[in-house]
Amino acid sequence: MVVTSLKLQDLIEEIRGAKTQAQEREVIQRECAHIRASFRDGDPAQRHRQLAKLLYVHMLGYPAHFGQMECLKLIASPRFTDKRVGYLGAMLLLDERHDAHLLITNSIKNDLSQGFQPVQGLALCTLSTMGSADMCRDLVPEVEKLLLQPSPYVRKKAILTAVHMIRKAPELSSVFLPPCTQLLQEHHHGILLTTMTLITELCEQSPAALRHFRKVVPQLVQILRTLVTTGYSAEHSIAGVSDPFLQVQILRLLRILGRSHEESSEAMNDLLAQVATNTDTSRNAGSAILFETVLTIMDIRSAAGLRVLAVNILGRFLLNSDKNIRYVALTSLLRLVQSDHGAVQRHRPTVVECLQETDASLSRRALELSLALVNSSNVRAMIRELQAFLEYCPPDLRADCASGILLAAERFAPSKRWHIDTILHVLTTVGTHVRDDAVANLIQLIGGARELHAYSVCRLYSALANDISQQPLVQVAAWCIGEFGDLLLEGNCEETEPLQVEEEEVLALLEKVLQSHLSLPATRAYALTALMKLSTRFRGDNNRIRQVVSIYGSCVDVELQQRAVEYNTLFRKYDHMRAAILERMPLVERGGTRVEEEEKESNKAAQLSEAAAPVPAEPQASKLLDLLHLLDGSSGEAPCPPPQDPPPGGTLVHLLDLPCAPAPPAAIPDCKAFERDGVQLNLSFIRPPETPALLLITVTTTNSSGGDVTHFTCQAAVPKSLQLQLQAPSGDTVPARSSLPITQLFRILNPNKAPLRLKLRLTYHHLGQSVQETFEVNNLPVETWQ
Amino acid sequence: MIQAILVFNNHGKPRLVRFYQRFPEEIQQQIVRETFHLVLKRDDNICNFLEGGSLIGGSDYKLIYRHYATLYFVFCVDSSESELGILDLIQVFVETLDKCFENVCELDLIFHMDKVHYILQEVVMGGMVLETNMNEIVAQIEAQNRLEKAEGGLSAAPARAVSAVKNINLPEIPRNINIGDLNIKVPNLSQFV
Repeated sequence: MVVTSLKLQDLIEEIRGAKTQAQEREVIQRECAHIRASFRDGDPAQRHRQLAKLLYVHMLGYPAHFGQMECLKLIASPRFTDKRVGYLGAMLLLDERHDAHLLITNSIKNDLSQGFQPVQGLALCTLSTMGSADMCRDLVPEVEKLLLQPSPYVRKKAILTAVHMIRKAPELSSVFLPPCTQLLQEHHHGILLTTMTLITELCEQSPAALRHFRKVVPQLVQILRTLVTTGYSAEHSIAGVSDPFLQVQILRLLRILGRSHEESSEAMNDLLAQVATNTDTSRNAGSAILFETVLTIMDIRSAAGLRVLAVNILGRFLLNSDKNIRYVALTSLLRLVQSDHGAVQRHRPTVVECLQETDASLSRRALELSLALVNSSNVRAMIRELQAFLEYCPPDLRADCASGILLAAERFAPSKRWHIDTILHVLTTVGTHVRDDAVANLIQLIGGARELHAYSVCRLYSALANDISQQPLVQVAAWCIGEFGDLLLEGNCEETEPLQVEEEEVLALLEKVLQSHLSLPATRAYALTALMKLSTRFRGDNNRIRQVVSIYGSCVDVELQQRAVEYNTLFRKYDHMRAAILERMPLVERGGTRVEEEEKESNKAAQLSEAAAPVPAEPQASKLLDLLHLLDGSSGEAPCPPPQDPPPGGTLVHLLDLPCAPAPPAAIPDCKAFERDGVQLNLSFIRPPETPALLLITVTTTNSSGGDVTHFTCQAAVPKSLQLQLQAPSGDTVPARSSLPITQLFRILNPNKAPLRLKLRLTYHHLGQSVQETFEVNNLPVETWQ
Repeated sequence: MIQAILVFNNHGKPRLVRFYQRFPEEIQQQIVRETFHLVLKRDDNICNFLEGGSLIGGSDYKLIYRHYATLYFVFCVDSSESELGILDLIQVFVETLDKCFENVCELDLIFHMDKVHYILQEVVMGGMVLETNMNEIVAQIEAQNRLEKAEGGLSAAPARAVSAVKNINLPEIPRNINIGDLNIKVPNLSQFV
């Protein structure tokens, strides 16, 4: 190789020197070619440099997958330098989806058991970053051993690796649960911190572990107390607070352990009160601890006084000048608003003030919290604030704010008029951001409030006259004007200033909407229909309307064209019906959610299928119901007459006689259901292959006796989960010793493959006697329903 | 859990990219770009918390960032981490870098990307906080660096030899040695001195 490849530093220099993206790509591609060649046949001692360069290039976004195998080779090398880069490469380039990752398992195993400490640390780090479930299971014994090794450096890493392993393979928690008790007695903060994480993970995964660890609550309280009361410790303190990270982890764990458990909560009460009152919050670290304390207090079963203290602390933080603190305070209050609504309500004024923050994150949090705080007593004030916010809030919050206001208005509106006003205001301010169903909701609302029709139409008309660009508003206004145009003309609405409107003005406005390029096709459709309705509401002649309608008969938009043509026809040919057709709309039923509709549909479907199940055109329906009852009761009621072997040839012949029976795919054996005095009932079964849930039974009644069988009827019943349909029998008479049997076809639908049970009731006249037999067929072959 | 740690400069060039959850490479780059755009929009006197973009996690994830001179340090975390705690953690990380690199600046991060990764591995492992005691971290890193130097023995030999030769104090060499009729021209060895 004549051209030597660059050192990492030089490569970086060159990349930085590249003036354009293309130049940079060129440099990198050249270097990658070198790296590839070097991997193939280069000096093994230099391999780690090559991989380091590759990792740099990878960070910039260039493909580096050809380095994956090199990582493996470097990890297997005995040198620490090689292992370091190799493991880093494995963490950055390999993951579970590549098969190569399993190859590292052996190297990791060796390094964990025989390597010296830094190497063990590297191996643990890699395992905890990209270890798959299989790898974790393989390496459990090694990691477990390292948990109890003397060196804290390796132990803390082993503990965190255990957390990762439990996440990937939850069954391993039983392995890592026992060492925890011993680990809690360590003094090294690194070990304690990681042990807290491990215990937290164990408790979150299994309730049994949670119960087990409740026993260590006193120990945790002691550790925390020591931390709180210890003065300055050079090693771990941040801004004068000793190891805030460990304190926060302990508080978190206490929260999980004390949740809905009286005893544990009690054990922590004093300590929490102490921390809450004594923590110095002039620096960030202290505030972090205080927040965790507050959240823990609110989550466990703490004394009422303590809870009040906690919420007041949050309220105080809301007034803090540090924006981060305010943000966290708002987030915490949001978490509490469900459980402690009353306490949070007290801070409502401060929250509302936060709406005016310029910071987008803060105002978003404040908005969420404000919406959660709206209730029936403060709804007017809150919505007023929120409406004011809506006018100047940043664009990405508008949609949320609008839908929030509409939802709150729907839930807590004190009066219909207020509700309509609120929705109107939202539509005028941010009409384009509201949800699609806002229009339908408003129309429904207005339609339902008879006394407000005049009021609504006046207000909507004024709003429309001002601005025809907000589509939802225009749609609602057009609908209203169309419906209540006569009320508009009367202009005697007592709640707003009287509006003197002429017919021509209204028509002109609607035409403007029709012609405006700002109007969506749906809006135009609304306007056209409104115009048409006005033809009956207004008393003037309808020339103008007719003109507009006929113009749109040749509109490009198909929907509009269709409407216009229909309306035109209404004018020309069906003028006598026009008034009736264009009457006031009846109130539309509030459509429930789709789920309700589906339920209704499925209910209807169920009813239909139930109706289909009973035998059609059966005169003795009540007796049939009795049969059904009997069948659904306990099994094995009516004794079945002992079956005799039917002549196999005979039934096959009957089978072939049947007009509508398709060829059986796999012959199901026939079964003889009944025999008495020469009268025999045979069942033959067919299951069409294309509809496996369907079973066709042909009931063949033969008479080998000397007397005729007359007035023969056969009724049947099946369990409720199956559906039965009886077709008309071929006849009701079987002459004596005849080869002309009565056949009847039963159709049974068995979609759930439930076991088939069949009860039959026969009535006939035979040998001068009236015979009635009710029995269950209990030798049905299994193939009929499996 | 910490999902990702990103360090990039004021122009969006990545200086350190570490993900603790698996994403394909293109998505990783997209996340870096998206995060940069989100963070760039923020003024300097507002809070350090951002709702995450759409690519990285969902509504549960937040971006917690700090701006130091020309670099943004961004930690993407889920709701199980304390937000103020992470702010302190970023501070610990940066101070550790400072101790390891002697007044760290952006160039140090650029030219020693691998070393920065090794330092980060001592602070955060597998998305969880491992150690926050700066002295311990620095001691470990220095021990590992010494190991590397000791091993570098063989491959660093040519470099050492050159620097050893450079440091030899050679006596003054005459340019011309005149011995009677012989005139020996001594080649110029100055480049090795």
